Amino acid sequence: MQDQAVIIRQVSKSYGNTRALRDISFQVGKGELFGLIGPDGAGKTSLFRILTTLLLPDQGSVTIEGYDVVKQYRKIRNLAGYMPGRFSLYQDLSVEENLKFFATIFGTTIKENYHLIRDIYVQIEPFKDRLAGKLSGGMKQKLALCCCLVHKPAILVLDEPTTGVDAISRKEFWEMLGRLKAEGITILVSTPYMDEASLCDRIALIEKGSIMAIDRPENISGSFSKPIWAVRSREMYPLLIDLRQYPGVEKVYLFGQYIHLTLGNEGQEPGRMKKFLEDKGHEEVEIKVITPGIEDSFIELMSQQKRHE
Amino acid sequence: MSETEPVIIVKDLVKKFGSFIANDHLSFEVYKGEIFGFLGANGAGKTTAIRILCGLSSPTSGEIMVAGYNAYNEADKIKKNIGYMSQKFSLYEDLTVTENIRLYGGIYGLSRKEIRSRTAELLEKLEIASVKDTLIRDLPLGWRQKLAFSVAIIHQPGIVFLDEPTGGVDPITRRQFWEMIYVTAHEGITVFVTTHYLDEAEYCDRVTIMTDGKIMALDTPLNLKKQFEVNTINEVFLKLARNT
Repeated sequence: MQDQAVIIRQVSKSYGNTRALRDISFQVGKGELFGLIGPDGAGKTSLFRILTTLLLPDQGSVTIEGYDVVKQYRKIRNLAGYMPGRFSLYQDLSVEENLKFFATIFGTTIKENYHLIRDIYVQIEPFKDRLAGKLSGGMKQKLALCCCLVHKPAILVLDEPTTGVDAISRKEFWEMLGRLKAEGITILVSTPYMDEASLCDRIALIEKGSIMAIDRPENISGSFSKPIWAVRSREMYPLLIDLRQYPGVEKVYLFGQYIHLTLGNEGQEPGRMKKFLEDKGHEEVEIKVITPGIEDSFIELMSQQKRHE
Repeated sequence: MSETEPVIIVKDLVKKFGSFIANDHLSFEVYKGEIFGFLGANGAGKTTAIRILCGLSSPTSGEIMVAGYNAYNEADKIKKNIGYMSQKFSLYEDLTVTENIRLYGGIYGLSRKEIRSRTAELLEKLEIASVKDTLIRDLPLGWRQKLAFSVAIIHQPGIVFLDEPTGGVDPITRRQFWEMIYVTAHEGITVFVTTHYLDEAEYCDRVTIMTDGKIMALDTPLNLKKQFEVNTINEVFLKLARNT
């Protein structure tokens, strides 16, 4: 990897008694697409606000492109583009006015870096005279992205850009991020959707202010300690109840069309489980061993974290 | 789930805002104790339809019965016989846990005695007795959402509407939440739910997918996957929404 775009060293932040960030350290390489994956309240926004100079850390230091976020905050504000989680644009300005406004405060014009926003902007251009407040969710998100790209930032910090956005718009949004990465822009993006993790170069799993794991997505799911069994039958709720009674069972949780479980040394034999379930009256039973995904890993790491508390 | 007892009947529901048609001839039935997933892209018309079903907005035309009452002139009765929670609004943040339970119990006309016993029941079931005097805003999101759901069905309504109840919630709590949904449906309360997590659509008995104000698909998750020859509801969703 080339030199680092972001270096975070032992950052902590508390709000009263609430420890929002606990001793966070990691680095993001130039041109990397880095995902911060975790639920609400995990500390994602606090960390991103520190990176974008909007919040001071209690302890630790952060540099962006070599500049310190506390001492050299003005430098960083020019080279970072930040899209906050809540829609932050001027609702009573039109689409075009918002874009012009952001270009002007950064001392540039829409024309100068039009190539960066073109693919996104053409989709909202038909509505350029519409007030930003009247746009649909997907459109607002595209406009917000244009506004934080207009000054050609070296690094983009996107706080939950796909929260509350439907599956189609989410897919399109990630395609756009792929194109921006190809332009050489470093991207930090946070999301509560575990399925988006596989679209990042590297991810950090964050919960309760701590980083639980940090690696390439395939390595994180590959580090899972135990085989995972996926089971389904016609009636899923009774299946869930019955599987909890299966000898040797450790963890049982819903996972879309399957129920996932891990087993101790006992009961590691599909034929036995099938008979157990059929004896309980389950029909169309399907049992298989699967490769764990990011969400399985997240659940496992979260329960380990809970045990240590 | 009994297929013979519909608790929501919608026939040719149309809702127009000026010349814009937000709901274009929607027709479906939802049965007692069913978990009914209501999916669609942003702007497809889901919120408009839910507002009508909850008695908060009047349809332009069509026949709509919810919990045995019609949406035109019995909207108040509908409101009393349903529960509602959403990710955006659920509990009062500056009231404590017990104050919220008391407030909602009062709004739904429960007696003091009932409120007292329901409160004790909820605190025990959700294992939150230790935070009963804590302000809602100081509780983790996951606890809040589970409590909000319980409070939304405190008056044991026939139907509960859940609008993106698990948005932003951690993966463990999200699953506990769905187990609560299963239990609720098992007790005979119909659950009408929207979500952007399409893996959750798999937990529903039946699923509708709306695009541009119309219902494009309505069936069990298994049948939808068969019909569109794909492995997940996510793929069904992408196929339908891409075609418009």
